[in-house]
Amino acid sequence: MTVLRELLRRPRGAVPAAWLALVALAALVSRWWTPQDPFRADPYQQWQGPSVAHPFGTDAVGRDVLSYVLAASGTTVVVAVASAAVAVVVGVLLAALGSLARRWVREVTVVLVDVLVAFPTILVAMALAAVFGGSLGVVVVAVGVGYGVAIGRVGRGELRRVATSDYVLAGRAAGLGAWGSLRRHVLPNAAPVLVVQVSLAMATSVLAEAGLSFLGYGASAATPSWGRLLSDLQPFLAVHPWTVAWPGLAITLTVLSLNLLGDALRDAADPRLRTSGRRPAERTAP
Amino acid sequence: MTRFVLGRALLLVLGLLLASVLVFATLRLLPGDVAQVLAGTEGTPAQVAALREQLGLDRPLPVQYLEWLGGLLRGDLGTSLVTGTPVTDEIVEKLGVTLPLAGLSLVVGLVVGVPLGVLSALRHRRASGAVVSAVAQFVASVPAVWMGMVLIAVLAVALGWLPTQGFPVDGWADPVRAVRALLLPALTIGLVEGAVLLRFTRSAAIGALSEDHVVAGAARGQTRTRSLLRHGLPGVALGLVSVLGLQVAGLLVGAVLVEQLFALPGVGRMLVADVGRRDLTKVQGELLALTGLVLVVGALVDVAHRALDPRLRERTS
Repeated sequence: MTVLRELLRRPRGAVPAAWLALVALAALVSRWWTPQDPFRADPYQQWQGPSVAHPFGTDAVGRDVLSYVLAASGTTVVVAVASAAVAVVVGVLLAALGSLARRWVREVTVVLVDVLVAFPTILVAMALAAVFGGSLGVVVVAVGVGYGVAIGRVGRGELRRVATSDYVLAGRAAGLGAWGSLRRHVLPNAAPVLVVQVSLAMATSVLAEAGLSFLGYGASAATPSWGRLLSDLQPFLAVHPWTVAWPGLAITLTVLSLNLLGDALRDAADPRLRTSGRRPAERTAP
Repeated sequence: MTRFVLGRALLLVLGLLLASVLVFATLRLLPGDVAQVLAGTEGTPAQVAALREQLGLDRPLPVQYLEWLGGLLRGDLGTSLVTGTPVTDEIVEKLGVTLPLAGLSLVVGLVVGVPLGVLSALRHRRASGAVVSAVAQFVASVPAVWMGMVLIAVLAVALGWLPTQGFPVDGWADPVRAVRALLLPALTIGLVEGAVLLRFTRSAAIGALSEDHVVAGAARGQTRTRSLLRHGLPGVALGLVSVLGLQVAGLLVGAVLVEQLFALPGVGRMLVADVGRRDLTKVQGELLALTGLVLVVGALVDVAHRALDPRLRERTS
């Protein structure tokens, strides 16, 4: 809770958090309500400029761009959350194997992670798409595994640091098993580092989903997606350059917010950087 | 140094082998029958079986893998399942677009990122430095595709300075036209990468400003800028070299998207098309070529970093 309060106290954390809350709200509301049907084509309403009826204008088939962008936020949120969840599970597993397991397991994991970290996520996704065809599931698996490896690399040192600290050793000495120790002492104390990674994993996921949907291997035609909208609008770029601003800005602001939130979380979770001045006196006393 | 290079080379070979196993396994072990796909919905079971035999798909997977690997060592990535043409030749031809694109993008990224990074570090307590840093933060979050679209709209459509799309049919026969065709795509990737490099340079240079040898330079009467450039920059540059290894992966991934956007005949666009056609032999070769490039460049960067950094040099006593 302290971390959360610390995060929202400063604009560096509060502003990106506010944008992300807005995206989450849009994702939730657009499941049941959007200003217009995001898929309803209206040939008499092609390429309308921004107006009260269509604040973001309309596209080549007369769809309301605002409604489509709102509906697509749902896709982004679901894919980002799912990818981050997979990434954390994969990452924590690899980090634990790379830092806490018996020696040969540790060494094999370390080499494996160091090699795997070089594989670009989007290529993993393309490999999966070649077999299964493109889908959002492919994006989730590719980003989850791809970023999970990155988390495994970052988390390794952190888990090792926490696992060799006095309170964990004391817990082990008092008879707590390896799993119990990992769950009760190591993971909660390594959590700040992991939370930062969750934020960055989501940023990666939003970019990957947009990129793959642009290529036609992410969201299907029936699923609204910011990346898909970019590719739908591309052929008309020379004539109607302004409409691409909406999905483009939506992606950029979301990725930017996730990146900024990651930085802010890092600072908020680091007690040394706290400026609240409400630190109990006895803690600083010798 | 020799030991380090040998160790790194071993890790590289291991990485390439692992890459080949992973690429092969992903494309072959997972469900989905290549022969069935190729024969189409009208293929009779007999035709599918014949096709499977012809493609060598009826043999055990380890045998298939070793054959592919053997071919690989001879520089032969097999023939396309769809067109029957050799995969290697086509990849080499398409690298003639992808590699210059990646190189040009890197140049753009460095030219934009490093000077502005140093500048914003020197002014990090002033508004101008903060503005540069904020813009970089924003640009680093822009999806490459949208960046490309904005550049097309501004530089190609509105101003008409550069072609919107495509690459000369005769390739590099007319180098000026070819480079002009690559400029917008390279700017697209380079600006996004440059923003990342800017942020790295900035934080490294801010750190360097308070290092003893830079402070000492200033104490001897040099200006802060001069002292940073003379004494601090070598350290910053070294850090930059180690980041570049990771950035190359970003360049190639950017190339997959940007080649599609600009209709450039490179390996990335070839990959996108072949994934759509499920031409697994070609996809296999393309994925291996791209990941191989990332791994090789990563290894070269590590060795370069080691060779350049005097602190990492082993004491030869």
